[in-house]
Amino acid sequence: MDRQLIETVTRLVMEKLKDAESGQTNTVTESKSQQEKRHYGSVKVWNHVGEAQAPKSVEASVVSESSVSQAVPIVKQAAQQIKTEDAASKKPGISKPKNKEQLAELMKQTPARIGIGRAGLRPKTDAWLSFRFDHAAAVDAVYGTVSEDVLKRLNLFSVVTRVDNKQEYILRPDLGRRLSDEAKRTLKERCKHKPKVQIVVSDGLSSQAVEANVEDTYLALKQSLTALGIEMGTPFFVERGRVAVMDDIGEVLEPEVVVLLIGERPGLVSAESLSAYLCYKPRYGTVEAERMVISNIHTGGIPPVEAGAYLGNVVQKILRYEASGVSLVRKEQ
Amino acid sequence: MLQGQTYEFKNLKELFAKANEEKSGDRLAGLAAETVQERIAAKQVLAGLTLEDIRNHPLLPPEEDEVSRIIEEHVNDTIFADIKGWTVAKLREYILDDSVGDRELKRLSRGLTSEMIAAAGKLMSNLDLIHAANKVEIISRCNIAIGQKGTLASRLQPNHPTDNVDGMLASMKEGLSYGVGDAVIGINPVDDSVESVKRLLHATHDFIEAWNIPTQNCVLAHVTTQMKAIEQGAPAAMIFQSIAGTEAANRSFGISVSLLEEAQQMIMEKGTSRGPQRLYFETGQGSELSAEAHHGIDQMTLEARNYGFARKFDPYILNTVVGFIGPEYLYDNKQVIRAGLEDHFMGKMHGISMGVDICYTNHIRADQNDIEELGVLLTAAGVNFIIAAPMGDDCMLNYQSMSYHDIATLRQTLERKPAPKFAAWLEYMGITEDGRLTERAGDPTIFSE
Repeated sequence: MDRQLIETVTRLVMEKLKDAESGQTNTVTESKSQQEKRHYGSVKVWNHVGEAQAPKSVEASVVSESSVSQAVPIVKQAAQQIKTEDAASKKPGISKPKNKEQLAELMKQTPARIGIGRAGLRPKTDAWLSFRFDHAAAVDAVYGTVSEDVLKRLNLFSVVTRVDNKQEYILRPDLGRRLSDEAKRTLKERCKHKPKVQIVVSDGLSSQAVEANVEDTYLALKQSLTALGIEMGTPFFVERGRVAVMDDIGEVLEPEVVVLLIGERPGLVSAESLSAYLCYKPRYGTVEAERMVISNIHTGGIPPVEAGAYLGNVVQKILRYEASGVSLVRKEQ
Repeated sequence: MLQGQTYEFKNLKELFAKANEEKSGDRLAGLAAETVQERIAAKQVLAGLTLEDIRNHPLLPPEEDEVSRIIEEHVNDTIFADIKGWTVAKLREYILDDSVGDRELKRLSRGLTSEMIAAAGKLMSNLDLIHAANKVEIISRCNIAIGQKGTLASRLQPNHPTDNVDGMLASMKEGLSYGVGDAVIGINPVDDSVESVKRLLHATHDFIEAWNIPTQNCVLAHVTTQMKAIEQGAPAAMIFQSIAGTEAANRSFGISVSLLEEAQQMIMEKGTSRGPQRLYFETGQGSELSAEAHHGIDQMTLEARNYGFARKFDPYILNTVVGFIGPEYLYDNKQVIRAGLEDHFMGKMHGISMGVDICYTNHIRADQNDIEELGVLLTAAGVNFIIAAPMGDDCMLNYQSMSYHDIATLRQTLERKPAPKFAAWLEYMGITEDGRLTERAGDPTIFSE
């Protein structure tokens, strides 16, 4: 529920902000297609970082009808482009289809695994093993760790949450939301206090997302913040963190905005998808609806560089309104 | 006292929770038994309670909760008077008694609360749950009837990441060509807007009409969105809603009894289906805790309360979604399999036309082999329907479920037929011949003009 709420709220906020500033020039220049893609990301409603899942079909009721339908056309175009490319590489597995051309056409229209044929009643070997491979990649992303190299390259030191190992991480989301006592001490010693923006990276449910996509996202975000003249705190890495660990970080370092780049729960389409969560003054008791998320950051979704640049603008807006999430919407009205 | 060790249980809530098989969600809630022996001790104490004890000490009092009230109001006092002195052990043994069949269990069901059904389930082994559930035949009717002995129906789930109509239809044609879709063609929309729901309802309805398919369509948006779409003339056979086992959890889903009654009235007046049953519910262990509305009650008992709540609305179908919610509620294959069998048994004991979405996400300790096993077990248990997606990969919700291939395989291996009217249509279309898939099966282009 919470995740969905955050995404819905973000969508709402983005719509509002877009309306509010039409006519203004963005600091970061983007092409039309880039803008489309980025909206695809902010709108897509199912890239979870995998805390409690909502039932498959419950919708948050905050969002108004009109804001959803406004967002839709943009979503569709962008997503369609991506999916068609994927589909083009699929080979049909049906030996004698009634209509070969139509089969190719159908397969282009969806990323679903159709047109795959059968071995008796079972899937053919290729289709079965490619499915198993995609699941394997997702599992390895969950249980993998982020290499020292990446952290070193980005000059991120590492702290841990109250979670001891991956299994505990999976079972106890509550512990992943809290920093260890040592982590708190380390942050107090090594980090700038009360910065405008605190950037944090965490593996979350996909170490692969960090390996593959944090570098570009982070560097673009840094560049964007520098260009906008926004002061940054000392960035660091939180091992086995959950989204709400930003509240603990907020208590310790008291930044105005926290940007958390965290690995999403892997899907079969991508095991490398990254989310960026943003919150104005996260502290204990911050409700989920105060957070915002840009999800689906990976090469097949929102390209990391564009996501990073875009995040800089979102931070600027949060600072301008001194609010995020639903509060931002309220201030707007 | 068990083997010289004394175990104490403060109240029924604690006893019910500790008598459960291991579930990560009960542990997360701080309710689970500390040791395996404590778990068995709890089962032994529970076995000795009478049904009257359970009714007289409600886990969540009716004065405080709408779901409790519905469960309490349902109890037939005449039947209850006959059985109130039974212990839970006796209840389990009665359900399993070889002279007790479908008719007796349906009568018994009217005298039981959801908590009593959950209690019996807690004392049962996996094979108990399979064997007992298989005794009960629940036939439900919307456009067609499903649930007959010897049948296995299915929900076709042709989701698409952007609700693209052509993409959805492509997955739907593929599913139909495998003989999937008799329980419902049901789509989870990405976009919960009235326009999107209308588009999907029209597209599925038109296709069903054009090909004369004996089934029913449904778009699984929030109930209020579906109602708006139907009001604006969209053709829906059913209205869907996710439900929960406490009033507070239902509130967090944006529903209440009166809203569902309104929906029921509307689909009766404006739905396209013949009925009489026109509602579709979804449930799943752990949703109350995740909504922080569990009142210190364990997830299996809360799940039983879902069925007690659902029973009031006499749905055409209900499925539990087992394996979707996340490893902090059901950690691995063993817990998913257990929960699937429990839910199915408890639903059937409430007289509900039960289906299961047998599934897993990528961060739980399970894979396709595990859910294939649960598919076999539930088919053996007489499940009314199973959900299937292309190759088991739902490209919108990002999780894995059973595949179209699996439905066909379960039917043939375990000698189950599709729902009768749908089976006749499959023969007419040449997708099956004498009940077996033909050369044409598995080819979505058989639906090209």
